[in-house]
Amino acid sequence: MRQLIDIEGRLLGEPPCDLAETRRLYAAMLTARLYDRKATALQKQGRLATYAPLEGQEAAQIGAAAALQGDDWMVATYRDAAAMWFHGYTWPRLLLTRIGDERGGSPPEGVMVLPPSITVGAHMLHAVGLGWATRKQGRVAMTFFGDGATSEGDFHEAMNLAGVWKAPVVFVCENNQYAISLPRERQTASATIAQKADAYGMPGEMVDGNDLLAMRAAAADAVKRARGGEGPTLIEALTYRIQPHTTTDDPGRYRSPEEAAEWRARDPLERVRRYLTASGVWTAQDQAQLEAAASADIEAAVTEAEALAPLGPAAIFNGMFATPTPALVAQAATLARDLGRSIDLGER
Amino acid sequence: MIQLNLALALNQALRHALSADPEVLLMGEDVGATGGVFRITDGLLSEFGPERVIDTPVSESGIVGAGLGMAIAGLRPVIELQFLGFAYPAYDQIVSHVGRVRNRSRHRFTAPLVIRIPYGAGIGAAEHHSESTEALFMHTPGVKVVIPGTPTDGAGLLLSAIADPDPVIFLEPIRSYRSVREEVEDDWLPEAVPLGQAAVRRVGADVSLVTYGAMLPEVLTTADQLATQEVSAEVIDLRSLVPLDLEAVLASVEKTGRAVIVTEGHRSCGVGAELIALIQERSLYSLQAPIQRVSGWDTVVPLRGNEDYYVPGSERIIAGVRRTLG
Repeated sequence: MRQLIDIEGRLLGEPPCDLAETRRLYAAMLTARLYDRKATALQKQGRLATYAPLEGQEAAQIGAAAALQGDDWMVATYRDAAAMWFHGYTWPRLLLTRIGDERGGSPPEGVMVLPPSITVGAHMLHAVGLGWATRKQGRVAMTFFGDGATSEGDFHEAMNLAGVWKAPVVFVCENNQYAISLPRERQTASATIAQKADAYGMPGEMVDGNDLLAMRAAAADAVKRARGGEGPTLIEALTYRIQPHTTTDDPGRYRSPEEAAEWRARDPLERVRRYLTASGVWTAQDQAQLEAAASADIEAAVTEAEALAPLGPAAIFNGMFATPTPALVAQAATLARDLGRSIDLGER
Repeated sequence: MIQLNLALALNQALRHALSADPEVLLMGEDVGATGGVFRITDGLLSEFGPERVIDTPVSESGIVGAGLGMAIAGLRPVIELQFLGFAYPAYDQIVSHVGRVRNRSRHRFTAPLVIRIPYGAGIGAAEHHSESTEALFMHTPGVKVVIPGTPTDGAGLLLSAIADPDPVIFLEPIRSYRSVREEVEDDWLPEAVPLGQAAVRRVGADVSLVTYGAMLPEVLTTADQLATQEVSAEVIDLRSLVPLDLEAVLASVEKTGRAVIVTEGHRSCGVGAELIALIQERSLYSLQAPIQRVSGWDTVVPLRGNEDYYVPGSERIIAGVRRTLG
């Protein structure tokens, strides 16, 4: 299993990036951790409908995302806020997806990230199509999914098509050991998820998913292969879902607190912090300053998201097609009449 | 003048679309080297090459899901699923993603793709090869549903479907591929027919026969028979289920006062049921009699031996008309 920083923060091999870049990625991981904590808190206050925490998976997401260029595609899941934000999806829009406003599904122009996929498995196929369509422009598609997703038929169809077409896709499986309550050992009889790549004619590699530099290096290798026309790669990032599946889940029903505690000791942020501190490029003051600045940014994002005026019912009818069909126009009119208000489909 | 059939018309439309727009590509099982099991894509691989006409693995969900990714990236995939009975593995991609991506992203990401699917019974085929479940797609938000009944319509509606900014399920009546012919000029070229516009195929005064696709030829033949029995039938060919040209149907029903909806699909919650609901909402007081549905049954489409008891024929359509005349 590829590993470049151990739990104590000691470097084990050639780093894929310099200290300045590592520091930048650490700052991103820390920011993502703070967002994750904030979103969890907001859900408990009823200000977000549900939230799927990513604590413990920051290195897997940001390490992989860091290997991409701006116009590479990213197709990720409901648990991948860190990766999506890193690739340009803003915090306010990520919050809006959780507040329950479709405007959250629209990243800024030029941000090549699809809205977070709620269904498990289907989105990997979209990445295959995106990658194939943009292969001549030298662009790559990276898709994130969990260990549970590898049991879905669409995972197999996506891997198969990507292999046959030599599509420039990087498949990043965040094996966080649980699909809600089902542990990894009962998800598949394969010894590893990485070895499934063999069946589809592509290389597969297991990486320490809590090791930022190992993830960064493995993803860079996969991205380089893809961009060079050599086809897809599967990376299995071995990590752990520290928090529940979502804020309504109760992990006490299916796993022990000791297990989660063991994995907290392998915290991805902590080992990078130790590495940077030992390298003389990170201090307690840096930490405090970043936490303050990131918290302020996240607060501002929450304020921005919550300040948005409601979408309004016209959006129900004018979002389905470029131009609403006569049936949709009639249905909107029925709703308007029944409620005694006007619904103007012209406001898109 | 030449005799044009639906298969040739569709082939020409695809050729035209591939020539006119470099973003258009075809993908599906056996569409390339074989030219499609019904030869609809015949000759297109050699003319346009393997990057425009793609033979895919047997992977319906995969083809549609990957096609969706291509469409989001700016291409215009024209996907073929070999039979409607084999399209169901792709239904999740259609209902959960193809029909939703625009709404999910507030128009930021869209899906300008076409899924062509041969459909319908009447050729004594093996199980699963005779489906007519267009109602499933009419019930699926975010997808348009188009079903040509004639060759020139096939070409014209297909061109419009390919040019449409939204996903179109394009159902092709298998038993009409070669049996329905139109005479056209020697220099005929496909011309776009707009989606959402029904066609009055036959003007009449006594009853409106509303239908589309594979049932159109049978309904037209039946209208001729009715004429010999002194019943003047108007025939409305819907052409699109989504968007639906309800106004054309209402105009006809308000004129004749009687309607028979003829469809091949299963009876419950079928297209006939929806049309009757719509017609009675708007034009109840124009009706002289309850509207009749002549449809398939809530059964599996029988194999060849019993197929004629399932697919509506003249006898059942005339019986339906007689019921409206009281």
